[in-house]
Amino acid sequence: MSRSALVDRPIDPASLVAEVSARDRGAVSLFLGTVRDTNEGREVEGIDYTAYASMAEAELARIVAEAREKFGVTALVVEHRIGTLTLGDISVGIAAAHAHRAAALDSVRYVIEEIKKRVPIWKLEHYTDKTRSWVDPTAQHVEAST
Amino acid sequence: MSVVTVQLFASYADLVGKPTIEVPLTPGDKVSDLLRNLRALPAASTLPATARVAVNQTFAGNSTLLHSNDEVALIPPVAGG
Repeated sequence: MSRSALVDRPIDPASLVAEVSARDRGAVSLFLGTVRDTNEGREVEGIDYTAYASMAEAELARIVAEAREKFGVTALVVEHRIGTLTLGDISVGIAAAHAHRAAALDSVRYVIEEIKKRVPIWKLEHYTDKTRSWVDPTAQHVEAST
Repeated sequence: MSVVTVQLFASYADLVGKPTIEVPLTPGDKVSDLLRNLRALPAASTLPATARVAVNQTFAGNSTLLHSNDEVALIPPVAGG
């Protein structure tokens, strides 16, 4: 089984684990991305996540299909949250389960790395000095007008 | 000559000051032509020449042929996770 979604509510890691778990799956792997309190030396107090929602959902589904094809993983679910998140909130949750560990671990790693390369989701970081900027992993930050 | 509406997001929407922009399209135009036509518009001159383009919700290379009813978006550097 597999499922992927953009969500605008808190991500519940226990429900992701429950969703992929089964008696014949002896390995469960879980990755959570959370909002960190600093980025490039600046103190962060929150992040607005926005997306090109229809393409982000399509791209997530393609990544999950690729992971299933590459690693043969039995069960894989991904949720990425959008909206305003505060420190410690979970922005992305990925759970995989398989009979043995390699497919479960490898597929989770693959999904998060591909999300970072190609899913159209953006972060507008809010800093403690009340400034904001768009996170650009490829270059310098662009000051936001909002 | 027709027009295609290009969706803008995040930093690119801020640079242009709006979430969509209409770009002239000539039959036979490719993604590379669209980027050139787009950056020729005064409102969009600050967009990067090498911006990634998605056509119908899939990343498209410079040689991808465009049609007036395509869903076209400019994709700033992604930052999910």
